[in-house]
Amino acid sequence: MLEFLQQPMPWYVAGPLIGLMVPLLLVLDNQQFGISSAYRHMCAAVLPKGKFSFFSYDWKAQKWNLLFVVGIILGGYLASLTTAEGYSVAISEQTKLALGEWGITDFSGLIPSEIFSLSFLTTPGGFIVMVLGGFLVGFGARYGGGCTSGHAISGLSNLQLPSLIAVMGFFAGGLLMTYFILPLILS
Amino acid sequence: MKFIIAGLFFGFVAVKSEVVSWFRILEMFHFDSFHMYGIIGSAVVIGIISIQIIKRFQLKDMKGEQISIGEKEMSPKRYIIGGSLFGLGWALVGACPGPMYALVGNGYWIILVPMFFAFLGTMTYGMIREKLPH
Repeated sequence: MLEFLQQPMPWYVAGPLIGLMVPLLLVLDNQQFGISSAYRHMCAAVLPKGKFSFFSYDWKAQKWNLLFVVGIILGGYLASLTTAEGYSVAISEQTKLALGEWGITDFSGLIPSEIFSLSFLTTPGGFIVMVLGGFLVGFGARYGGGCTSGHAISGLSNLQLPSLIAVMGFFAGGLLMTYFILPLILS
Repeated sequence: MKFIIAGLFFGFVAVKSEVVSWFRILEMFHFDSFHMYGIIGSAVVIGIISIQIIKRFQLKDMKGEQISIGEKEMSPKRYIIGGSLFGLGWALVGACPGPMYALVGNGYWIILVPMFFAFLGTMTYGMIREKLPH
């Protein structure tokens, strides 16, 4: 059993399971699958009410979203119990070569230890990746009205044209970063 | 409780399928593997079929209320600008919001840094949104 759980999940199993989140949340409580809104509810919870209209609403009515992200943390923990010794993500050789040019040599684990470390965080590159990157994810998700789950999964599942535009934006930004900006930051 | 379990299920699948991995996201943006496209694509196919069934049979949720799915308002500017800014951040951190929680649960504490700044980014947007083109 553990050996089975230690295997990475193929895309044709994971994709449909993630797709099922959409009807699951609709049937459970008529809620639309979307994760980035949790940050908005956290802001609404800590900011004084009435100061900013965007954060002045009854966030407690959206409690489900906060419980959902608590569940994701627990799911991540549960998955960590099934991590095999010496685990690394089996990415393609071309990607490894491309990342190698950026000085990435450690391919163990889920994220590169050379980038996601406290010592790299204190360098300009690390600051851009973790601080600016995080900021853009939060800012852009709300500006664009959703993230990968809300637009790419939920929105496209409901055949929403706005979501298709947003997803094209995700890729425009992502490709620009990957091909033009990240090489400057990392190499 | 049911939402915690739903989230737990999602977080577990996201880690085991490596959707949470920076390596997989960068591989996707390099078009070097079908993995991420297969996951997003098949998830959307299942989502479309499910929503069609829910609409066709006018299904109710567990509380007995008719399931209604809101339409997204059309304003191209915000989706293009906001979406692109999100994409820039997505490729930098190599994780979107959901996977970041899963990574922290998995023991990658450093992801709390981008998460904290995603929280601040959300707050900043809410404070200045009237001044932004939508």
